[in-house]
Amino acid sequence: MEPILEVNNLTMDFGGLRALDRIDIDVKEGEIVALIGPNGAGKTTFFNCITGIHPPTKGEMVIRRPPKRNPQRLNGLKPNHVTERGLARTFQNIRLFPSMTVLENVMIGRHCRLRAGIAGAIFRNRATRQEEKQLVRDSYGVLEKIGLTRYVNELAMNLPYGEQRRLEIARAMATDPFLLLLDEPAAGMNPRETESLDELIVKIRDEEQISILLIEHDMKLVMSLSDRIFVVDYGKKIAEGTPEEIRNNPAVIKAYLGEEVDA
Amino acid sequence: MLTFTEIKRSFLVSVWFMFLTFPIMVIRVNTIENVVIWRWKNMLFVGAGSFVLSFVWRFLMRRKEVGSKDAEAGGTSKSIFQRFMEEKRLYYPALGAISVIVVLFPLVFSMYQVNIMISGLTYVMLGLGLNIVIGLAGLLDLGYVAFYAVGAYAYALLNYHFGVSFWIALPIGAGLAALFGIILGFPVLRLRGDYLAIVTLGFGEIIRLILENWNEFSFGPSGIANIPRPAIPGIEFTLHQNTIFIYYLVVLLVVFTIFVVNRLQDSRIGRAWIALREDEVACQAMGIDKTKTKLTAFALGATWAGMAGVVFAGKTTFINPASFTIWESVMILCIVVLGGMGSILGVVVGAGFLILIPEYFRAFSEYRMLAFGAALILMMVFRPGGIVSGMRKTYQFEGIENGEASDKKA
Repeated sequence: MEPILEVNNLTMDFGGLRALDRIDIDVKEGEIVALIGPNGAGKTTFFNCITGIHPPTKGEMVIRRPPKRNPQRLNGLKPNHVTERGLARTFQNIRLFPSMTVLENVMIGRHCRLRAGIAGAIFRNRATRQEEKQLVRDSYGVLEKIGLTRYVNELAMNLPYGEQRRLEIARAMATDPFLLLLDEPAAGMNPRETESLDELIVKIRDEEQISILLIEHDMKLVMSLSDRIFVVDYGKKIAEGTPEEIRNNPAVIKAYLGEEVDA
Repeated sequence: MLTFTEIKRSFLVSVWFMFLTFPIMVIRVNTIENVVIWRWKNMLFVGAGSFVLSFVWRFLMRRKEVGSKDAEAGGTSKSIFQRFMEEKRLYYPALGAISVIVVLFPLVFSMYQVNIMISGLTYVMLGLGLNIVIGLAGLLDLGYVAFYAVGAYAYALLNYHFGVSFWIALPIGAGLAALFGIILGFPVLRLRGDYLAIVTLGFGEIIRLILENWNEFSFGPSGIANIPRPAIPGIEFTLHQNTIFIYYLVVLLVVFTIFVVNRLQDSRIGRAWIALREDEVACQAMGIDKTKTKLTAFALGATWAGMAGVVFAGKTTFINPASFTIWESVMILCIVVLGGMGSILGVVVGAGFLILIPEYFRAFSEYRMLAFGAALILMMVFRPGGIVSGMRKTYQFEGIENGEASDKKA
C-alpha cells in the first residue's frame, strides 16, 4: 500500500543555515506517526514546509488522498491550498482566533469547503441559508466529537489552556482532512489532560479514519500512541522505526542524552 | 472610597500641577510697564481643579477594578447598549422611536439642523465602510479618505464632462472606489500593522496631491463648482425641499449600509475577515485565501466611501482637494475606534459623538482637539473596546438532535 504522505529528500535552508537536511518521511493510511527530536531539531520547520508556510529549498512532497489516491505534489502550494487538499495542522503555540466564539473557530475550519460569496452574504438566498444551517450543524458535530459543546458560545480566549489545545484540533478536523498534523499537542498539559488527549487522538484515527502525524516531547505519550517514530536531530533524520526500536536505538539515546565521556 | 491616602495622593498631584504651571499661569511680565504681575488666583484654580480631577480619576479607576473583579468572578460585563439590544421588549420600541425621530426630524427642525444631520449620517456611512477594513479585517487603513475623494470626483467630473446624473453616478462612484480599493490592496497584501498604515497613508496623500496638481484633469485647488444636487427628474425642488430630500436619501443609504454590513459580518466572508484580523497565519492554514479575503475587505470598505463621496459632492455642489485631507481619514478612524471596532451600533454612536457634538458646541471649537484627545484617553482606560464593543453571534442548540439549529443574534 502506497503511503498517503511521502516526503523525499526535503531540504530547507534559511540563508546559510540548513534547518532540514534531506529528510525522508512517509505516513501510511490509518497510522499514527510521531516526529521527535531535541529542541531546534527542525520538526516545526518540517511541518511548515509541508503545509506551505515555507517553500522548501529542495525535495519532493506528495500526498495521495484516500480513497482515490491520485498523487498530488505539495511543492509550491499556498497554505490554504494545502488545507484544501486535506492536510490540516495545529500550532505549537496555540493560534486560535481569540475573540471569536468556539463555534466560529470551528466554522472557520470549514471555510474552504463552502462556496457562499458576497452576493450570497448580502441577499441570503436559499442556498446560502442552507449552507449556513448545514455549517452550524456540522461544526457543532465536530465539537461533540471533541467534547467541547459546553463552551460552544464562549470566546476562544476564555477557554482553559487544555481546552484551547483541543479546540485547535477541532478546528483542524473541521477542514475535513485525511491527515492531521499535530505540533506538540500535549505541550503544557497536566497528566490527566494528556491522558484524555491520548484517547482523543486514537479516537480520531479509529472513528474518523484520519491518519495522524504528530510532533511531541512527551515520551510517554509518543511511545504509547505511535505506530512508527521518526527521529530528527540538527535537521537530519537519525532513526526511524517502531517505539520499541527507537527506545533502544543508540543514536537516539545519544541525541537526547549526549555522549558519555570516557573516564 | 474616601480614604486618607487617596486624599493625600490627590493633594500631592495638585501641588505638583501648581508647581508645573507656576511659570505660565501665575507669572506675567508686562513688557510695556516693565512690571511682573503675580496672578495667585490662577494658582488656586489650578490646584483645586487638579485636585478634583485627580480624585475623580482615582474613584473611577477603583470602580473599574471592582468591575473587572466582578467579571472574573463570573458576571459578564456588558454595556448598557448590549443589554438593551438583548432585551427585545425594550429594543423594538426603541428602534421604533428612533425611526419616528429620524423620519420627522427635517419636518420639525431647521435647515441648519438638517444639514448637520446629513453630514453626521454621511460620516456614519464612512465609518461603517472603514469598519469593514479596520474593525472586521483588522487592516489599519489611514488613507480611507482617498476613496471618498474618488467617489466625489467621479460624480463631479462625470457630470461636468458628460452631464451624468446623480443616480447614475452613485453606483459608478461606488464601483470606482471599489476598484481603487483593489488597486491599493494589491501592493499592500504582504504588509501588516504599522507598515500597512504608512503605505495607506501615502496612498491617501497621493490621491489628494494628484487632485491638487493635475489641473487639466481635476481643476486643481480651485475645485469643481456647480455640481447639481440630487433630484427627482421632472420635479423642481426649492433649496429647502432639496435639503430635506438629500436627508431622506442619506438616511436610506445609511439603512442600506447597516443592512449590508450586518449581513456581511455574520457571513462566511465576514468570519474570514475576523479570522484574518485575529491571526493571519492560522487563518491561512485553515484554508482561507488571504489574498482574496484582503482584497474583498478593501473593495467592500471602499465602496461605501465612494457612495458617501458622491452624496457629499451632490450635497455641497462644490468640491476641491481641501475636503479630502488626512484629517478626514483620522476623523473617520476616530469614529470607528471610539465607537467600537467591529460594532455597527458603535460606529453610529461614535459618529454622533464626534460629528454632531462639535457642531452643536461650536462656541468651544478651540478646545475641540483637546476634548477629542481626552475622550480617546478616557475610552482607552475605561472601555478599551470602544463605547459599544462588538459582540459575536451566538447559537442555540436545543433542537440539534432533530437537525434544527436555531440561531439568535445577541
